[in-house]
Amino acid sequence: MSLEQFKNRNVGTQEYRMLDLEPTPETGWGRFKRVVRRSVKLELFTGLKVTFREMIKALFMGEMHTTKYPFEKLPIAPRYRAIHEMKRLLESGHYRCIGCGLCEKICISDCIRMDTRYDENQRKEVSEYTINFGRCIFCGYCAEVCPELAIVHGGRYENASEQRASYALFEDMLTPLDQLAQQKEYPGFGAVSPDADEKIKKTPLAY
Amino acid sequence: MDGYIIGTIIKAVLVLAIISALAGFGTYIERKVLAFMQRRLGPMHVGPYGLLQILADGIKLFTKEDFIPSGANRLIFMIAPAITAMTAFIALAAVPLLPEFTLFGVTVRPIIADINVGILFVLGMMAAGLYGPLLAGLAQNNKWGLLGAARTAVQFLSYEVVTGLSILAPIMIVGSLSLIDFNNYQAGGIGEWLIWKQPLAFVLFLIAGFAETNRTPFDLLEHEAEVVSGYATEYSGMRWGMFFIGEYANMITIGFLASLIFLGGFNPWGFIPGGLAIILKVSFFFFLMLWVRASWPHIRPDQLMWLCWKVLMPLAVINVTLTGLVMMF
Repeated sequence: MSLEQFKNRNVGTQEYRMLDLEPTPETGWGRFKRVVRRSVKLELFTGLKVTFREMIKALFMGEMHTTKYPFEKLPIAPRYRAIHEMKRLLESGHYRCIGCGLCEKICISDCIRMDTRYDENQRKEVSEYTINFGRCIFCGYCAEVCPELAIVHGGRYENASEQRASYALFEDMLTPLDQLAQQKEYPGFGAVSPDADEKIKKTPLAY
Repeated sequence: MDGYIIGTIIKAVLVLAIISALAGFGTYIERKVLAFMQRRLGPMHVGPYGLLQILADGIKLFTKEDFIPSGANRLIFMIAPAITAMTAFIALAAVPLLPEFTLFGVTVRPIIADINVGILFVLGMMAAGLYGPLLAGLAQNNKWGLLGAARTAVQFLSYEVVTGLSILAPIMIVGSLSLIDFNNYQAGGIGEWLIWKQPLAFVLFLIAGFAETNRTPFDLLEHEAEVVSGYATEYSGMRWGMFFIGEYANMITIGFLASLIFLGGFNPWGFIPGGLAIILKVSFFFFLMLWVRASWPHIRPDQLMWLCWKVLMPLAVINVTLTGLVMMF
């Protein structure tokens, strides 16, 4: 199954067909005629034909619908909002977070908590950063507000847990250094859209 | 005489063992076929292609608590499932399952009791099997069970007339009630099959057979969407399993009856030997029941009564009359 099918959200452009239903007969003679007509036309066998066709399709033409879930997974949409990821700068490998605190401020369920301090170069550095996934509602505001594209939503959606509160530390979500080469410039939630340059407008002075 | 008794006991044990194993296997087949028709995979995890799912279900049924609700009539509640299972197997006693064959120099007739009223016996036993759901529903002190029992009575009264009348015309033609006589009457190949002489009776018998085995277009007794589980609401564990085994054994019996009476029984069919031929026919009927379950919605009790009394019974009477007239002139 390809991703394109999932991304088609244009409801109404699919191939819907209206059934041409005849009006319900009101007299007894009309009902009798309908019963006889349906029996002679063997309408019941149409139903049998449909199910048999589906079985042949499923068995021999590879149109089985089942996904054996833990073993195979359906592709999720790129803008799906699952467990957060912390990104690194591609060149230096330093984490992108500048400790501005916007995500903590905007979080509507108060699940992000961060502490910062100045390091020896007088740069803000994150000393502590946790997200309580028991409270997080995955609204995506933190990823949206982040000016550095440092916190984004990843695709890890299997987060069943034994307890209600489940804290993730900064290091848990940070891209490991040895996997920096595989870190993709993130296209999903929180990323700037490809046509961002065209969308930029001058702020009108009247504001 | 001793040999006869021992042979009969061996045959009875074999039929009981094989048919109840087949009934268990039937649940697997049913789940698989229904799944394929809905483009699913069905049971896949226990054993290769889910084959050991039957075993898992068996273990589950045997180890489950045997629960009897307070206020239920304990004795009737406990024996009701046994009635369903027993009558289903007793009915098979008069059904010739395979053609005669020779084993270690002994000619074996794969029928437990070749009585000369075979059809009456089988149909009577299957009708008596309906006491299982009826008593179970009445005894369990549950309103859904009571509704299921009421529906059992309704269904029983409706289709039993059609079964008898539809099968009357073939009986008139053959002139015997023994299923072996029916089989021998159709010995001359496909052209001799009774379905060509009695197509209407075949259709009527098949419809009544679906009602007799509580299969889907007529599964009023335990339709989950309407009466939680009907007569089986309060049952759990192996008592519930006995209802199930009885139902599947009945499906196999109806398959045998339909192929013996209308489709040439165990006569050799072209190059196919007789034993294989009847197994193929019964398998087809079994598959047909699953196929119909996947395809058609089930009907309301009033529609069942309308169908049986106002449509099928007049048709059956007309069929009997016409057959009689043709035989007379």
